[in-house]
Amino acid sequence: MTPATSPAQRRDQVRLLAVDTARRALLDASAGDLPELLNPGDIVVVNDAATLPASLRGRVGGAEVELRLLGAPERGAPERGAVDAVLFGAGSWRQDTDTRPAPPAIDVGTHIALDELAAEVVAVSDISPRLLRVVFDKTGADLWAALYRCGAPVQYAYQQRPLPLWSVQTVYGAEPWAAEMPSAGRPLSWAILLALRRRGVAVAPLTHAAGLSASGDPALDAALPLTERYHIPATTVTAIESARAAGGRVVAAGTTVVRALEGNAHANGHLCPGAGTTDLLLGPGSALRVTSGILTGMHNRGESHYRLLGAFGDRSHIETSWRHAVRAGYRCHEFGDISLLLPDINRPEHAPRWICFSATDSRAPHTAASTAPCVTPAST
Amino acid sequence: MQIRKLNTLITGASRGLGRALAETLAGAGARVVLVARDAAVLDDVVDGIRRRGGTAHAIAADVGDKQATHAIAGEAAALIGPIDLMINNASSLGPTPLPLLLDTECEDLERVLEVNVVGPFRLTKVIAGSMVLRGRGTLINISSDAAVAAYPTWGAYGASKAALDHLTRIWAAELDGTGVRFLSVDPGEMDTAMHAAAIPDADPAELARPADVAARIVDMVRRIDAAPTGARLEARAWRVLQ
Repeated sequence: MTPATSPAQRRDQVRLLAVDTARRALLDASAGDLPELLNPGDIVVVNDAATLPASLRGRVGGAEVELRLLGAPERGAPERGAVDAVLFGAGSWRQDTDTRPAPPAIDVGTHIALDELAAEVVAVSDISPRLLRVVFDKTGADLWAALYRCGAPVQYAYQQRPLPLWSVQTVYGAEPWAAEMPSAGRPLSWAILLALRRRGVAVAPLTHAAGLSASGDPALDAALPLTERYHIPATTVTAIESARAAGGRVVAAGTTVVRALEGNAHANGHLCPGAGTTDLLLGPGSALRVTSGILTGMHNRGESHYRLLGAFGDRSHIETSWRHAVRAGYRCHEFGDISLLLPDINRPEHAPRWICFSATDSRAPHTAASTAPCVTPAST
Repeated sequence: MQIRKLNTLITGASRGLGRALAETLAGAGARVVLVARDAAVLDDVVDGIRRRGGTAHAIAADVGDKQATHAIAGEAAALIGPIDLMINNASSLGPTPLPLLLDTECEDLERVLEVNVVGPFRLTKVIAGSMVLRGRGTLINISSDAAVAAYPTWGAYGASKAALDHLTRIWAAELDGTGVRFLSVDPGEMDTAMHAAAIPDADPAELARPADVAARIVDMVRRIDAAPTGARLEARAWRVLQ
């Protein structure tokens, strides 16, 4: 799939591939169709973490490095709270992380000079020598001011231009917890969010510290996503419970929301409000306790995001959907198109007809949806 | 609305009404983030609030600078959590003595609009969204009678405040029913450095003290449900205008 190489002029001007996991059918729609694709009584849960200026240029001894924060110092944490971060070698955002030179070897006690800040390495991970825990020489408002002055959002080599902080935020971000933008929520404009509510679809937040998408070290990449923290407000738990009690579906806007909700329910036996961390990995066959569907960016095969989709639909259906997306020119990555995986998606009146899979499949939509006549794709 | 533990962001908080609002709200138990350009003056105000047992943090930034927007919003949320009350108080008169509109330099008008209109627009854009999602929040935009009356030589400032009033009404209309409330507040004439710059020969004895006006505004915040969203309020008389 080809990446979107710059943010769209308007955030909601992206396509939406509706993947009906019960009917095994597809619909080419746009992000603005989301309210009509859902039913009154459904609930969309979003990640309201704002994106950090997580990329800090610095030096270790004479060597140029880039430190990418995996999260933010916790509010109210003891003085000089520790933060996990990944160290990269010299090079600019135009280079793919995989081809960047490795950073110098780092020992506990090493100081990394970052313009207005100094970071002291207090731990080096067993997973990878570039996964570090650091403490800064500033705290509170001074630390945050320095981070925003000398940090930049994590950049992507496939982009045409460097991204300012403005380009990597959702419209509802609050606390800066995310190392990279929780990108499934990026196309959600207020026009869409208010239309969801007018339709009777609830929209509720949680906060999840979305981590890095790439580290440049195959061993560390294989361990992604790492354990990440989240906070689920009591009002969101109540909204989810009342939606489910009335037969509504829970749609997670992004893999971070899935991880927070399912990780919480997995750890507690049921959904509990409050703070927590999760290292839950989901994939084909994983039991879902809370979520019925996911709104997600388009991810390439092999990424952990893509594996997670296997929890929402069967593999051959997802593979077929993604082949259709490639053929139809959907764009991937942070600023690309999105997809909704959900059973029994509602077809908007103006939308094209459902595209069906094999007519011999017992769950084919010919029988499942008499109101949604099907066209069979030329080849699947 | 309960002031205790109310997460509050106030711009232009190093002096005048902004400072008085920050001190009054912090004194009533709100967690306050103060924004102003002058770091040294701001730090003194924050130190004073903390000495009296209040919770306050300083962010030295210019609301007229687009690059500062996410820094202000992100730092504030990181320090105290999602914002419940935002007061857009920072504003610029432009050069003084105030010139006639035909004598006003283009760049001076642009700068006044940047600080008084575009700045609150940008901050509201990145802060009000989280309020709407959470179903609660209050935004107060500090206005002026110059937004309504056409005072000679107050052109740049008056036009900027009229524009801010209208933004307030449109935000209120678009977000009616979401639980997020927008208000314009005309604080009246106060004994401040800004007033002295605009009208140097005014008699300070005839001007309200910022602390008294701040106390009235905070009292209004306590009884905020009485004011319809989008309303324009006058601090002096406490009545809804228009």
